[in-house]
Amino acid sequence: MQHSKTQDTLVGFFVASGVAALFYMALQVSNLGSYTGDDSYTVIAHFQNSGGLKVKSPVSVAGVRIGRVSAIRLDKDSHESIVEMRIESQYNNLPSDSGVSIYTAGLLGEQYVSLDPGSSDEYLKDKSTIDITSSAIVLEEMIGKFMLNKAEGK
Amino acid sequence: MFQFLQNLGKTTRSSFAKLGRASFFLSHTLTGISDVVPRPNLLIKQVYSVGVLSFLIITISGLFVGMVLGLQGFNILSDFGAEESLGVMVAASLVRELGPVVSALLFAGRAGSALTAEIGLMKATEQLSGMEMMAVDPIKRIISPRFLAGFLSMPLLAALFSAIGIMGGHVVGVGMLGVDDGAFWAQMQASIDFQEDIMNGILKSVVFGFVVSWIALFEGYDAIPTSEGVSRATTRTVVNSAFSVLALDFILTALMFGDI
Repeated sequence: MQHSKTQDTLVGFFVASGVAALFYMALQVSNLGSYTGDDSYTVIAHFQNSGGLKVKSPVSVAGVRIGRVSAIRLDKDSHESIVEMRIESQYNNLPSDSGVSIYTAGLLGEQYVSLDPGSSDEYLKDKSTIDITSSAIVLEEMIGKFMLNKAEGK
Repeated sequence: MFQFLQNLGKTTRSSFAKLGRASFFLSHTLTGISDVVPRPNLLIKQVYSVGVLSFLIITISGLFVGMVLGLQGFNILSDFGAEESLGVMVAASLVRELGPVVSALLFAGRAGSALTAEIGLMKATEQLSGMEMMAVDPIKRIISPRFLAGFLSMPLLAALFSAIGIMGGHVVGVGMLGVDDGAFWAQMQASIDFQEDIMNGILKSVVFGFVVSWIALFEGYDAIPTSEGVSRATTRTVVNSAFSVLALDFILTALMFGDI
């Protein structure tokens, strides 16, 4: 059977470009490029209401992302929302009396956890719980209250 | 009335018989793949005719699909002041849906029809029976390498389609319409998950490659060995492949991304 070298080269080029496209998508398009691995620790916070917060929502300090929400579940006894956050281990000097609040990015944007550093000399460790929390602002609730106030005012 | 029932029964029976033949054909082809491995030259030749020759149509279509997505997405998203999400929109729709599906449809039109016509003509000119006379199994020698080549080329073509489409969307969105470059990529990276989105898209294209190659080769092998039979088989390849790809896409999407 005749067999040409150009054919080999073209097939090689084709396979290489396909694999390159896959790598390009892995690194440039997906979150794999900013993957931090297991180099992180978990902190827990109890919220009265975690609103539209989702797993993988960002956790930020002063607008800089330091981690992501890793799990949200319901405490069966207190009916509170337990939010677990994985914080990158390079940020290991967050004071233990820091507070967390759930904010919305823009009026209709996605919700994120904002951490306000406290002043304690002790730092947050793996599995430590944050006590000072403020719940998500639920827009419908606020509109409801506003309407009620307006109606009573008249 | 009686005639109608008779025809209905005949059609049902012949379509089941065809499905049975197709299944035997598939199992025969799959067992033949072990014989392809020691002869990589057969495979390379087929990857050339199935994959490399589809390269141009896939890349050019990918580029244009990405550019159109960029334009249309920008028009709609700018109504909501969310132009920065253009990157997410282009990447998610390409990686999850359009990349695997459109490249599979193009693949069926470009490579599938060629495979059917080639095999059908081989049958019509009695090359396949000639091989059997020489104690060469035509399925192992002719069909299996083509099947493996289609199966391997499809994911590569889909990945190329998506990657080039995203570049096309970037050219239109950032280059021509003035979306912020950083926001385009950052929002895309924040929303697209490698496992969930990209690998599922690749998995889809693997399934499509399998199905389209199977249909194309079987239709060729099963064609009535006349010029009319081959032309009908080629049409059936394109129609059945397109139908199977779209129906399977719905099922796969429901399994991968839906909560059904």
